[in-house]
Amino acid sequence: MLSSLAAKFKNSSTKFTADLGHRAKIRTALKSYEKARNGTQSQYQDWQAARTAASTIKWEAINHLDAYLTEFVEKLTARGTKVFWASNGQEARDYVVALAKEKGARSIIKSKSMTSEEIHLNEALRQAGYEVVESDLGEYIVQLREEPPYHLVFPAMHLTRHEISDLFQEKLHTPPTDSPEELTMIARRALRLKYLEADIGISGANFGIAETGMISITENEGNARLTTALPKVHVALMGIEKVIPKLADLALFLPMLATAGTGQQITCYNSLIGGPRQPDETDGPEEFHLILLDNQRTQLLADAEQRDALHCIRCGACLNVCPIYRNVGGHTYATTYQGPIGSVITPHLRGLMDWKHLSYASSLCGACTETCPVKIDLHHHLLHNRRNAVAQQPDPAERFAFRAFAFLTRFPGLLNRLARLSRHFMPLTNAARSFLPPPVKGWVASRDLPPIAAKSFRDYWRTR
Amino acid sequence: MKINLFIPCFVDQLFPSVGISVVRIFEKLGHTVDFKEAIFCCGQPLFNGGYWEETRGIATRVLETLAGSDPVVVPSGSCAAMVKNFYPELFRKTPQAEAAVQLSERVFEFSSFLVDQLGITDLGSRFPAKVTFHDGCHGLRELHVKLQPRQLLERVKDLTLVEMEDQTSCCGFGGTFAVKFPMISTAMGETKSASALETGAEYLVSNDSSCLMHLQGLLSRQNQKLKTIHLAEVLASS
Amino acid sequence: MNSGKREDILGRIREALRVPAPRLHAEHGAAPAPLVPVQPRAWLPSVPFDAEGQLALFQKNCVQLKTDLQLVSGVEAAMKTIVNLRNAHHWTMAAAHHHPLLDQIVPALGLETQYTEERPDSKSLEKCSVGITACDALIGQTGSILLTARSAGGRALSVLPPHHLVIARVDQLVPDLPAAFELLSARYVKNYPSFITFITGPSRTGDIERILVLGAHGPKNLTVILIQ
Repeated sequence: MLSSLAAKFKNSSTKFTADLGHRAKIRTALKSYEKARNGTQSQYQDWQAARTAASTIKWEAINHLDAYLTEFVEKLTARGTKVFWASNGQEARDYVVALAKEKGARSIIKSKSMTSEEIHLNEALRQAGYEVVESDLGEYIVQLREEPPYHLVFPAMHLTRHEISDLFQEKLHTPPTDSPEELTMIARRALRLKYLEADIGISGANFGIAETGMISITENEGNARLTTALPKVHVALMGIEKVIPKLADLALFLPMLATAGTGQQITCYNSLIGGPRQPDETDGPEEFHLILLDNQRTQLLADAEQRDALHCIRCGACLNVCPIYRNVGGHTYATTYQGPIGSVITPHLRGLMDWKHLSYASSLCGACTETCPVKIDLHHHLLHNRRNAVAQQPDPAERFAFRAFAFLTRFPGLLNRLARLSRHFMPLTNAARSFLPPPVKGWVASRDLPPIAAKSFRDYWRTR
Repeated sequence: MKINLFIPCFVDQLFPSVGISVVRIFEKLGHTVDFKEAIFCCGQPLFNGGYWEETRGIATRVLETLAGSDPVVVPSGSCAAMVKNFYPELFRKTPQAEAAVQLSERVFEFSSFLVDQLGITDLGSRFPAKVTFHDGCHGLRELHVKLQPRQLLERVKDLTLVEMEDQTSCCGFGGTFAVKFPMISTAMGETKSASALETGAEYLVSNDSSCLMHLQGLLSRQNQKLKTIHLAEVLASS
Repeated sequence: MNSGKREDILGRIREALRVPAPRLHAEHGAAPAPLVPVQPRAWLPSVPFDAEGQLALFQKNCVQLKTDLQLVSGVEAAMKTIVNLRNAHHWTMAAAHHHPLLDQIVPALGLETQYTEERPDSKSLEKCSVGITACDALIGQTGSILLTARSAGGRALSVLPPHHLVIARVDQLVPDLPAAFELLSARYVKNYPSFITFITGPSRTGDIERILVLGAHGPKNLTVILIQ
C-alpha cells in the first residue's frame, strides 16, 4: 500500500512528466548549467583529487563533530556571539520568535537558508505577527507566489520571465516587462527600503569554521551581506553538520561549492562572520545570534553506513544531473531537500516509512555519486534505504512474489518451460492492456513487450 | 582457457542470440566455454527491491555453482556489477564473505573481458551500418566500462560509429523502476531515444540488453525504424 | 537567554560516533584510500609563478567578471583616473574610510564625502553614488578582492552604494586562494575582524531564466584602481 505521500509523488510525477513544456524548460536550464560546470571543472589541475580531499576533510569534521562543534562555539562566544543549541525545529522557531518579541521587531529581512525552510521559520514568524521578507531574488519570487523553492540553489528555475512579470504586476503593481534586467531592478528597488528598516536580519550559513569561530556565507547577489550588515540584530541558522575544521579548508570548499553548484569558479561574495561588530569597527550588528540545529541530524549521524550523507555542502549538483529530477521537477519531492541527497536523507530526518518512496523513485544510474564534490555514496544509500524499509515493514504481496521467484530459480528447467508456455499468451497481452496487473500494465502503457524467444539460450546450450 | 558464461535471466529467455554470439566469439578465439545450467538469475531485482535476505538465497546458489578459478564473463553491465560489486557487500560479515570476494575478482563484463583481460580489440567482424552506442549505467559507473566497447566497435569493418548527445544519460530502465514509476521511466527513455534518433544511426548498440529492451519497447511503439542490437551480436557478425 | 540543549545534542553526537564510519566509501571490498595530505594548490586551477603572469591572470578574470580594472602608474595617475570615473558615472556624493592611500586620492574627487569613521546612518550611506575602500589583497587566480570590516570601512561601505571602488597597490596581489587564507591568518590571527569578504565581480543573479543580470542587490559596478 502506498503511503499518501507516495501517492502524491506518483500523481505529481505523472503530471510533470506529461508536461513537455516543463521538461523542455528544465532541460534547457540544466544543460546550460552543465556546460558552465564542465568548463570550470576542466580548469582544475585535478578535480578528482580535490573531491577526495574535500571528502576527507568532511569525514574528519563529521566523525569528530563533538570536538569541532565545541571548539567552534567556544571561539564564537568568546567574541560576543550568543549561541543557541536547538534540538528540533520547534526550539529554533521559538527562539527566533522570542527574540523578535524581545527586540520589538517590526520588520525582518532574510537571506537564503534551506535550513530555515526545513523548519518553516517564516510561517512561524508570520503567525506571530512579524513581516518576513526574503531578499534572495529567487526566494523573493517564490515567496510572492506562496510556493516552496523549486531547487536547492535556483528557487525560481521553473518560471519564465513572463510569469515573473505577471507576478510583479499583480503583487507589486509594476508595469509589465519581459526584460530580466528590469525585473531584477524592480526587486532591487522593492527590497532596498526593507534592508534599511529591518530590525532583524536572518541568514543561513554554508560552513562553520571551528578554528576561528566564524560562519561562511556564499552568494552572488549581495543580499546576504546586506542582511547581515544593516539590521541591529543578526540571527544565523546553521545545521550542526556544517562545521569544518580549519579556515584554510575554505580555499578548497569555496571554489568547489561554486563549481559544482553553479559552474562558476567562485561566487560573487563569500563572507566570513565571526561575531557582532567589534569595538574598533564602525558598523555591523550589535548582536549576533547563532542557532545550531540538530532536528534529526544526530539520527543520520548514528547510521554509520550513511553518515557520509552529512558531508553534503548543499551545492545542488546531484539535482542537476539526476534524470529523475529533470523529469519530475523540484516540487514533486514535496520536501525541503530534493533530488538524490533529499531522497537519501529525508527518510532519516522525517521518517523512513513515509519517505522511502523517494529512494525507490530512482533507476540507480549513479550520476549523482559521480558528480558529488564530497563523494557521498548517494545511489548506494538509496539501496540501503530500500533494504532498511523492507527490513522494517515489507510489502506482503511484493515479498511473496519475490520469495516465490527466488524459490523457482532453484528449478531453472521448470522456469524455462513456464516461459515457453507463456509465449502463447504474449499476443493477448498487447490486446488486453487494460486488464493486466500493474507491473506489466505499467510497461505496456508506453512500450511494446519484448517477445519471449522460441528457443531460450539454455535450450540452445542443451541441444548444441 | 576455460570461460564460464553467466547468462542473465532476460538474456536467456528474451535475447538468447546475445548469449549465442558470445559463445561463438570465444570459441572462435580458441577458448572453451562453459554454461552452468543451475543458475537462472543473479538476484538483482530482489536486491534493488531491498530484499537482501532473499537475494542471499539466490546469490548463495551462484557462489556455490561458480566456485573455482575460471573467469566468469557476463554480457550485461548490470548483472556483472551485481556479482562483482554488490555480492561482497551482500555477504559482508557472513560465512560466504570470502567466497563472494573471491568470485568478484573473477567476474567481468563482456567487452571489458575482451579488451582488458584478453587484450583483444579486433575480432575480424564486419557490420556494414551506421550505429550509435548507449552506455548502460551499471557498466559505466560501477564497472568503469566506457572505452572498451568503442575500441571493439572501431575495429569492425564497414561500421560507422556516431556518438549521441548525452551518451551517459540513463535510459530509464532501472529494473523494477521501469514498472514502479513507468511515467518517469518512459520520459527518460524518450529523451534517450530522441538523442539516438538524432544521430541518424540505423542501429542502437549497447552492452546491456535490459537497456535495449526498454528502448526497443519505446521505439517499436513509436514505429521507429531504429533497431536495437547488443554489442556481442555486432561483434559476432561477419 | 539560555544556550539551549547543548548537552543533549553533544550527548547524542557522542553516542552516535561510538560506531565508526568507513573512511571514504571503500571501492567494494578494496582497502580504503590512504589519507592524502590536503594541498589545494596542486588541484585548483594553476596560476603562473611570476608576478607579471599573476597580474595578467587577474586582468583576464576582471574582463570575464565585468570588473572595471584601471591600471595606473602612480598616485598622481590614480587621482586623474578617479576624476574621470566621477565624470563618466556622474557621481554626486561619495562614501569612504580613512586610509593612507585613500586619503591621498579621494579628495581629488572634489565631492561631498561621508567617512564611515563618523558613523553615518545607513540611509545617508545609501544615497552615496560610490563606496570607496582599500583592500587586504587581490587574488590572481579568481579575480577576487579580499577585504574586512576593519580594513575597509565596515560591512556596508563596499556593498550598499551602487558603485564600489577599490584602490589598491599591485604588490597586494597574491597568486591564489590558499595564499589569501595564509595572508588572513598571518595578519589577523590574534584578533580577526568580525566580517571578512571575498568580492569577485559586481553583484549578479541568474535567477530569472538563468540570464545573467548585474547589480542584483550589491553594487552593479565594481572598479579597481590598481597602482603599479
